[in-house]
Amino acid sequence: MKKLMTLLLLALFATGLQAQSKTDLPNVTLKDLNGKDVNIAKLSNNGNPIALTFWATWCGPCIKEHNALNEVYQDWQDETGVKIYAVSIDDSRSTAKVKPMVDGKGWEFDILLDVNSDLKRAMNVSNPPHTFLFDGSGKLVYQHTGYIDGAEDDLYEEILKVAKKKK
Amino acid sequence: MRKHILILGALALALSYKASAQSFLENSQVNGSFQTDAQYYMLDEGIGITDLNGKKLGINGFGKVNYTNGNFSAGIRFEAFLPEMNGFRSELNGVGLANFFATYDNGFVGITVGDVYDQFGSGLVFRSYEEWSLGMDNALRGARIVLRPTQGVTLKAVYGRQRYYWAPYLEKDFAADDYRGIVRGVDGEWDLNQSIPALGDSKFRMSIGGSFVSKKQYDQSLFYYIPENVGAAAGRINLGYGNWAFSTEYAYKINDPSAINNFIYKEGRALLSSLSYSQKGFGAVLQVKRVDNMSFKSMYTGKQNDLDINFIPPINYTHTHSLPSMYTYSTQPNGEMAAQLQINYTIPKGTALGGRYGTKLAFNMSQVNDIVRDSIMDNGELVINKPGSLGYASRFFAISDHRFFRDINFEIDKKISPNWHVTAQYINLYYDIETIEGHVGAPVVKANIGFMDVTYKINKKQSIRLELQGLWENEVHKGYEYEESEKKDFQKRGDWAAALIEYTITPHWSFSIADKWNYGNPVEEYRDHYFTGTITYIKDATRVMLSAGRQSEGVVCVGGVCRTVPASSGVTLTVSTSF
Repeated sequence: MKKLMTLLLLALFATGLQAQSKTDLPNVTLKDLNGKDVNIAKLSNNGNPIALTFWATWCGPCIKEHNALNEVYQDWQDETGVKIYAVSIDDSRSTAKVKPMVDGKGWEFDILLDVNSDLKRAMNVSNPPHTFLFDGSGKLVYQHTGYIDGAEDDLYEEILKVAKKKK
Repeated sequence: MRKHILILGALALALSYKASAQSFLENSQVNGSFQTDAQYYMLDEGIGITDLNGKKLGINGFGKVNYTNGNFSAGIRFEAFLPEMNGFRSELNGVGLANFFATYDNGFVGITVGDVYDQFGSGLVFRSYEEWSLGMDNALRGARIVLRPTQGVTLKAVYGRQRYYWAPYLEKDFAADDYRGIVRGVDGEWDLNQSIPALGDSKFRMSIGGSFVSKKQYDQSLFYYIPENVGAAAGRINLGYGNWAFSTEYAYKINDPSAINNFIYKEGRALLSSLSYSQKGFGAVLQVKRVDNMSFKSMYTGKQNDLDINFIPPINYTHTHSLPSMYTYSTQPNGEMAAQLQINYTIPKGTALGGRYGTKLAFNMSQVNDIVRDSIMDNGELVINKPGSLGYASRFFAISDHRFFRDINFEIDKKISPNWHVTAQYINLYYDIETIEGHVGAPVVKANIGFMDVTYKINKKQSIRLELQGLWENEVHKGYEYEESEKKDFQKRGDWAAALIEYTITPHWSFSIADKWNYGNPVEEYRDHYFTGTITYIKDATRVMLSAGRQSEGVVCVGGVCRTVPASSGVTLTVSTSF
């Protein structure tokens, strides 16, 4: 069995290492706040960067992070064209609270609901918050777990590296 | 198991060497993650750890690899518990391939073989999921088919057997105490806005759905006739108009005598509804729930938190600070009536109260009571909840005086200046510890809790965070008179104070020290300090955390990440990464 596993892993790695993937955005379908299906692999932002930020209504650091991001989001959009999709991993305990919380806090991000943790599993998120940054062609360029005060500045530096229009 | 791996391997290999290798390779992706949590335990008479029972070390770890190529994806997950950390079930002890799957999904049809995670509606009749930090996994090993015949319509079918720690999946390999049934289910959902073009951008939104799930189990009982097929059905509707949203789901289950419901032959029912209104700067949501005899497990003798086919969500506020999260409510599947109201409001920037940055306010209230159970006639005698009987009668809208839980809390979140940020919360808590934690005879917890979380940004890179918390129990305090035999009921009871100071340097470092002090425990020897020091290092998607000291049960959030921890004394190391 061990041999088989090694073989399988090798096969996976062999194919993976040579890979030059078109997009790193996984083929997973989530719903937005209006119940509309959104396929992650098909997300596009006119060649501008896309950030996926995982959060939950019960996660204190996530809310801190998104409050901080919300303050600078307008400026970031003007300067880099970046689009942030805030992916809520709330399950049925708290999905009903997502929209009132987002509106109540005045967040401007596009919100996606990962009720069944499909995207969380596909992108190997262990604990929220976890942030992914993709360039205009959907290639993953940066990811970061956890939130430390001021970490949004580091994310912004990464966005600037891949943004088409710079200030 | 071996056969499955062979098939997976062959599939991966066959696909890898397909003729059009070039374009295939271009689309291949591999990603994965690893995590190891290790604890070294030490004796600590101060908090009553006088014997380690031969267990000095606990290690929980997993490694997971996913492979994706266009519409095809496959993955495996190894798990190791060598042995499991304290607070996790001993059945987890071991190493092995815990999970694997292969999926093909072209948008019209999706097929998964292997371990399936899915849920129907809000999960009242079916949900399979995994929560690593709790050591819980009820993945369905079998198959799933998803069909999307037309825009807005989704049909699903699942079939399989649930994970039960490391127990084998084939009947012939079952142990005598493990007769897990087979779970099968179908679900359909129709979203009118996506399927009717005229409604595409309408303010009015509507979707409906329905599901049917059944288990086939084995009657091993000498005393009762156990139904070998138990069905459950649920219907749901989501409505929206502009800023308003309403959703509801109702579930029904036929009689399903089990160890949880005391072997009564009553049918089960559950209702979960929510109504919300929100606009920029304001959001409110009201939820109500009724649960009556809705435990649904694929093994009728199951008693613990495993082999649940359905999921009845607790709807109360989830606290993450250490003192309020000591008393976290969990759903009572045999019966509960619950309501929850949450309001979020942001006082706009530039107003007297909003200041320069706006002020965020939140209010939450939730309460859970028991349902009313009336006696019924059974074989000429009046009975309530008698094993083998129809159990009881219950009026749908009646609420018992027996209160399980209530939480009223108010939070203010304010950025004062570019450098100062304050969050404060007041919580009034009622917690029936006898019902929720099974401490027979222990007095109810009635507490006032407050916390304040202040962050000061020293400069662009460095910050200091101070967290102060207090918990005051109104009726159980220092002078409380207790019998010697009641002593164990007073663990963690009485007044608490807690403080934490954290220093962070972005993007990598966090250092914190914290103390929790049960200074007002009525039992003098329980008035303990729980002192902890933690260092966290984060680089991209890798996190290393080392902490030492005493930990009491609860949810801990340090270095920006939250997880639940059991009580212990010693050193903990966590390493996690994803690629």
